[in-house]
Amino acid sequence: MTAVGDVRRRRIDELAARAGQVPEGEGGVSLTKSAFRRLRRNPVAITGAVIVVVFLVVAAFAPLLAPRDPLAQTLLGEIRPGFIPGAQEGFPLGADELGRDLLSRLIVGSRQSLLIGVVSTLLGVVVGMALGVLAGAFGGWVDTVVMRFIDIILSIPSLLMAISISVLLGQNQWSLVIAIAVTQVPVFARLLRGSMLAQRGSDYVLASQALGIKRSRIVFGHVLPNSLSPLIVQATLSLATAIIEAAALSFLGLGDPDLARPEWGAMLSNAQDFLSVRPELAIYPALCIIVVALGFTLLGESLREALDPKFRR
Amino acid sequence: MLRFVVRRLLQLIPILLGLSVLLFAWLRALPGGPAQAALGERATPEAIARYNELFGLDQPLYVQYLRFLGRAVQLDFGNSARTGRPVTQEFLERMPGTIELTLFAMVFAIGVGIPLGYLAARRHGSWLDSASVIGSLLGVAIPVFFLAYLLRLLFAVELGWLPGSGRQEVRIDATRITNFYVLDGLLTREWDAAWDAFTHLVLPGIALGTIPLAIIVRITRASVLDVVNEDYVRTANAKGLSTSTVRRRHVIRNALLPVATTIGLQTGLLLSGAVLTESVFAFGGVGSAIFDAIFARDFAVLQGFILILAVVYVLVNLLVDISYGLLDPRVRVR
Amino acid sequence: MIVEDVPPDSVDRSGLPVLEVDELTVTFRRRGEQPTRAVDGVSFAVAPGETVGLVGESGCGKSVTSLAVMGLLARRGVEVGGSVRLDGRELVGAPDRTLRELRGADMAMVFQDPLSSLNPTVPIGTQVTEVLLEHRDLSRKEATAQATDLLDRVGIPDPARRLKEYPHQLSGGMRQRALIAMALACRPRLLIADEPTTALDVTIQAQILELLRELVVDSGTALVMITHDLGVVAGLCDRVHVMYSGRIIESADRHELFARPRQPYTGGLLASVPRLDGARGAPLHPIRGSARDVIPWAEGCAFAPRCDHAQDDCLTEVAGSTVPLEYDGPGRELRCRHPIEYPRSPSGATAAGAAR
Repeated sequence: MTAVGDVRRRRIDELAARAGQVPEGEGGVSLTKSAFRRLRRNPVAITGAVIVVVFLVVAAFAPLLAPRDPLAQTLLGEIRPGFIPGAQEGFPLGADELGRDLLSRLIVGSRQSLLIGVVSTLLGVVVGMALGVLAGAFGGWVDTVVMRFIDIILSIPSLLMAISISVLLGQNQWSLVIAIAVTQVPVFARLLRGSMLAQRGSDYVLASQALGIKRSRIVFGHVLPNSLSPLIVQATLSLATAIIEAAALSFLGLGDPDLARPEWGAMLSNAQDFLSVRPELAIYPALCIIVVALGFTLLGESLREALDPKFRR
Repeated sequence: MLRFVVRRLLQLIPILLGLSVLLFAWLRALPGGPAQAALGERATPEAIARYNELFGLDQPLYVQYLRFLGRAVQLDFGNSARTGRPVTQEFLERMPGTIELTLFAMVFAIGVGIPLGYLAARRHGSWLDSASVIGSLLGVAIPVFFLAYLLRLLFAVELGWLPGSGRQEVRIDATRITNFYVLDGLLTREWDAAWDAFTHLVLPGIALGTIPLAIIVRITRASVLDVVNEDYVRTANAKGLSTSTVRRRHVIRNALLPVATTIGLQTGLLLSGAVLTESVFAFGGVGSAIFDAIFARDFAVLQGFILILAVVYVLVNLLVDISYGLLDPRVRVR
Repeated sequence: MIVEDVPPDSVDRSGLPVLEVDELTVTFRRRGEQPTRAVDGVSFAVAPGETVGLVGESGCGKSVTSLAVMGLLARRGVEVGGSVRLDGRELVGAPDRTLRELRGADMAMVFQDPLSSLNPTVPIGTQVTEVLLEHRDLSRKEATAQATDLLDRVGIPDPARRLKEYPHQLSGGMRQRALIAMALACRPRLLIADEPTTALDVTIQAQILELLRELVVDSGTALVMITHDLGVVAGLCDRVHVMYSGRIIESADRHELFARPRQPYTGGLLASVPRLDGARGAPLHPIRGSARDVIPWAEGCAFAPRCDHAQDDCLTEVAGSTVPLEYDGPGRELRCRHPIEYPRSPSGATAAGAAR
């Protein structure tokens, strides 16, 4: 046994070095770290992230990027019945039905569309999380009351829910945001409650309780952080839904009535009347909505794959 | 099984009560309240006062709610401000069209989605697989009403292959029995009428069915991929069963369980989508009625329709739960 | 009870091996990854009525070997080399159709986790009868009657009622019995049991092993027992092959192996099993490290990094070859350069072999 010489020591060092290169999931790499590693190597995730980042940058710097004033009806004089000017010098995508530069409107419109999507989803996440934590952490009658309430909201198909709220709150951008947020709440509440309930019975929580750790500390220090990854995934996916739903509400005449703020959904619905004259007026804003929604969906799906321990291989 | 159904039915009661409270409160909270809802936006203050007295709106809220509930149970939701006709009557006239449309959409989504998802999983990694994954991602990202407009523009306006609006050509003088136009045509043996009504379903049905289609393809594919790697499929293969038996009895049957759940959840999506699709195609179902009611601020119609649709939605989900019990023996026992 | 119906000549006493595995290799190839060889030159044979154990830690290639024999490995991304013969018939490279005809009829398998190995949505009865209907020319009624018989034979009480039940309604032991019934339905020549007791309670484990033993002895079926549990080996196997990192490193008859393990790995496995007859307070001796700490066989002995007997020549290539699997006395084979020596018999196995 003592005959082990240098060769062995060297070999074992080699082994140890090789073990360090083991791709992932091994050797105490944290979940977040390994998830991030996998995301970086996943072309789907990269595509989604690039789309999202590009649109976020465009939205952030919209006034600087837009070549023209999105409200100036520069080409109004050229519009005839059955004719809307197309692409030309200085107007790469042509004009809209009121002679305004379509490209500039799309760029500036990204602000409003993304803002509505992000704010309504955030609102939905916060309220849904609060309800979910309430139900999951306390259980008992609190749980029953909260979940019944959620069930009632869920029993109205989401667009009808959004319509009712939008009609009730009147026509402005905040009513749009709230209407969409309310339809998002149940998903997040259920998600969080389910995940908390599942963890409440788990061995590590029982162990923490056995160690005499305070309930609030267990909930906020362990259970909640562990529930976050499905929440993040769902929020990313919900961003896509929120943007599409905002467009739908615009189409139903429940959008933001302020004409000074161009928005893709409103642009798309307005363009329906000119579809046979210049379908591009509808197609471009629709493409923007589709690509952004796709970006969030791709990112969300690959996040789900990366964060799900089932996929850790 | 019966106890399971009864228990689920009992669980509905608090939900339905809560729903009625919510929609009752909704109408009260509207600017102008129920009187304006019934009389329209241009009602004079005197007319509103008279209406409030007449319908007991000056009484305490709980009395008002109980009355509302009493009438709702008898399916009385007041009259439309726009047409003056009872809301329930309007609903019953329009619902058959929406049912036909959603059925078409669902049959389209299931009929195309399950085989496509299954094939994609069987040829995992092939071009068909990639195409169906990309397609299903796109299908969810397209705004329904935009897709509806595109389909209408292309196949109805430009190519003229299919009708682009309404439920039936006006010139066809069809006999009405059930208000399900296709069914009526079949019952009365007016084959052209049935066929014509059917062709009117195709474009809006496809537009409406696209999101469920995309979701069903994805779930089926993922589920088949999961099931194929299950131990019991290996057992089935170890028993030397023929490939078709393995697929039919051991793969497809289990793979469809999550698909069944999804199909139930699609109902809400279909009812939401129907509002958008029907308005694009001027289809004349419940969806276009809601669309019109929003623009006319016809609150009585909105309240009644939304309440009834929510109840329909809840009941459909109950049916799905029950049928799930039939598919999966593990649920049945619990 | 079925045993009595078996005509005497249907039990094979010829002694010709039912299964011959010769230089079997299994290589997994994944796109963008180094191919990994999970099974590397494994050879063994099983005679009718004989029970052969494949023993090793998880990841040593024993399960892959069994799946390769059954032809149950995916076709894509997996390369199977060498030869597997069932009653002289070559299975490696045989068409899927042929394999399907043989599986369930001539060779069958019992898996580790009885719950996940049974289809949750199909009644037990259907899962038993489907084997019979597939391979035997039976009516549905006859198949059901046979299935009832089978369940009875594997010790499931009230079989007629159980046939209509679903897997989740049975206990773990019952499920494993049902799986065994399915495997034995067509009286296969070869039965492979892959850790059949791992997922069960200890008391049930013994019952299931006893059942397997009875069934094999009665029908002359060749049994391959795959396990990491030396207790199972001690109670059941005639011959034992110890596997490590895809290769057989020691083969011996059961008594030999337990009396005089030669490979330090085998010795380590035996030393790490708690024994009731051991001295009180005697410590257990675990094997250091884990199955992951291996070096490629091409560079020496895969076990060397964990081996207390290892010397420098275990870790380097000697004369351009890996450590070979060599004759180590009658009925024994060994792959080791510095085996455990036993004082009175330098060749290790001769004395024990003669004593038997």
